[in-house]
Amino acid sequence: MTQAAPTRTDAALDRWLRMYRRMLMIRRFEEEANDLYTRALMPGLAHLYIGEEAVAVGVCEALAPDDYITSTHRGHGHCLAKGAELDRMFAELLGKRAGYCKGKGGSMHIADPDTGNLGANAIVGGSAGIATGAAFSALRLGTGQVAVCFFGDGALGQGLVYEVMNMAALWKLPVVYVCENNLYNEYTHNSETLAGDIMTRGPAFGVPGERVDGQDARAVHSAARGQVARARAGEGPSFLLCDTYRFMGHHVGDVSREYYRSKDEESEWKTHRDPIRLLGEALIAEQAADPAGLDAIDAEVSADVARAVEFAKNAPYPSVDEVDDDVYA
Amino acid sequence: MSMPETETVVRQLTLGDAIREALAEEMRRDSRVLILGEDIAEAGTVFKVLTGLVEEFGPDRVLDTPISEPGFTGIAVGAAMTGLRPVVDIMFGDFIGLTMDQMVNQAAKIHYMSGGKWKVPMVMRTTMGATRRSAAQHSQSLHAWFCHVPGLKVVLPSTPYDAKGLMKSAIRDENPVAFFEDKMMYKLKGPVPEEDYTIPLGAADVKREGDDITIVATSSMVQVALGAAGRLAERGIGAEVVDPRTLWPLDETTILESVRKTSRAIVMDEGYGRYGVMAEIASVIAEQAFFDLEAPVKRIGAMHVPIPFSPPLEDATVPTEETVCEAAEAMCG
Ligand SMILES: Cc1ncc(C[n+]2csc(CCOP(=O)(O)OP(=O)(O)O)c2C)c(N)n1
Ligand SMILES: [Mg+2]
Repeated sequence: MTQAAPTRTDAALDRWLRMYRRMLMIRRFEEEANDLYTRALMPGLAHLYIGEEAVAVGVCEALAPDDYITSTHRGHGHCLAKGAELDRMFAELLGKRAGYCKGKGGSMHIADPDTGNLGANAIVGGSAGIATGAAFSALRLGTGQVAVCFFGDGALGQGLVYEVMNMAALWKLPVVYVCENNLYNEYTHNSETLAGDIMTRGPAFGVPGERVDGQDARAVHSAARGQVARARAGEGPSFLLCDTYRFMGHHVGDVSREYYRSKDEESEWKTHRDPIRLLGEALIAEQAADPAGLDAIDAEVSADVARAVEFAKNAPYPSVDEVDDDVYA
Repeated sequence: MSMPETETVVRQLTLGDAIREALAEEMRRDSRVLILGEDIAEAGTVFKVLTGLVEEFGPDRVLDTPISEPGFTGIAVGAAMTGLRPVVDIMFGDFIGLTMDQMVNQAAKIHYMSGGKWKVPMVMRTTMGATRRSAAQHSQSLHAWFCHVPGLKVVLPSTPYDAKGLMKSAIRDENPVAFFEDKMMYKLKGPVPEEDYTIPLGAADVKREGDDITIVATSSMVQVALGAAGRLAERGIGAEVVDPRTLWPLDETTILESVRKTSRAIVMDEGYGRYGVMAEIASVIAEQAFFDLEAPVKRIGAMHVPIPFSPPLEDATVPTEETVCEAAEAMCG
């Protein structure tokens, strides 16, 4: 699966290292979230993004700060890749007042206007309309913004996705539909849920599609860059299929998984297809980075994550009086 | 009464024209306002309520959509969050089921879930009301569904004057608002002044004063209640007709003031009685004015059946003036 090394310029090198750092930040964040859950410090559940980091990071690296994203139940990676701060993310996961949504959203609903994050969504496919609507606004208001809709392969079962793709194509909306194909819809392999070829769905509406190795951050990024540029140039929507894999359970509590996927399959992906290791090794092989430099990034990111968790643990819960604030604007 | 007393003769407009005028004025005032829906541009909707708007505002602001209610409702949610003020037109209220996830899980909750950071200023216009011989999938009054959901506002105008002022407020509101128009009232005429005015969401209107019984009624049921009140007056019963105009926010104060004065209440709505708008308003009255009541609160709504096609059957499902008079006489007797 190794591709020709991308052309190395100073800007590209900066970008690769930024992507490496961002992916690692997501990885360490998610490991910490898992730990919080395991130690019963986190209420509820979380759907971890470990293994899929290259998708969010590769795509968001192609976006401007004011471009829009919508995210999913497995959304921490998208939020962080779009620029969310670790401390307020953890605070939200713990239901604290300092969280992105003042503790009212939690893991599955992180939203942040400052980073163009229209919100993670716990309805599978539910944000496709919102992303498309944001693209509609961008076009109408002439702002030049682009919207990215992240969704899982499971969302390909939702009619909404196709309805809005049809309208996005009719109206040439600047939206990129990014499908994270991690092969599973919860505990069901998508060979049981998806008929036909995923890649023929977009073209049926005149929406061009591209399929990339979702474990290769640079491949994701270059494909996303092309599609984002196309959207910004007024040429309409596109579809990006990223083949990827979640290394952990569907959510933090999904620990015995053998009834739906084998340990061999998991270890194959974890050992040979880890997006962070793949990028790190490639950068070292290309002499674009050295192991000590990458270790230093890890040390910094891990320290940031540790600080952010401490912040969140010590942060206060919202006051109960706030429970009915913000029902109406 | 909210109609200003003026010396000059006020224009008569139909309810449909009043709604169109409200939309046109808001679209002139604010370039972010636009309308999405099926057959709304050149066709001007199946009820011709929007005739002429595409000619004035162009197809970028009066958009014919595919037949994709969830899709264009979802697009409106996203557009509302990002700087536009969309109005979506759902041809028949019976189709709101298709939009439920976008309205209930998205539009209604985004402000709250985001800790107050995102807003969804959009309006969903749709229809309600039976007796058009349209059968079970084109005749229902399903507004109670949206009333059940925190984060949504629900408006039911009963006169052209109210329709115009409420539509303007709905468009200017920062929240998702569902606006239900009785399709049998589009041709109803009433006075609508030329000048710009709005009616706040959450203000009921006393449509007729009376001392003996309160009839709380919504949408076309206000006309039925007024007809019944006229007949009751001949029989010596003074009926006060209160139109909440918006079901959420609900002006409990005006309703309770009236009930405390009359000590009897009928609650009428064209939705289904079971678990409906009537049940909610009746319980507001029971909880807060129980000791002022001379009789149990009476609910009058649509019969609990799918709306039938055959005219005598369909007519039997909706409340009539006679139904109201009988109930009122029994309560006042
Ligand atoms: C409309 C809807 N149906 C079902 C669910 C329950 N559910 C949560 S995640 C999920 C699987 C989603 O699979 P996919 O879209 O592939 O995302 P992944 O979890 O693999 O990232 C399901 C069925 C839901 N949240 N929303
Ligand atoms: Mg999946």
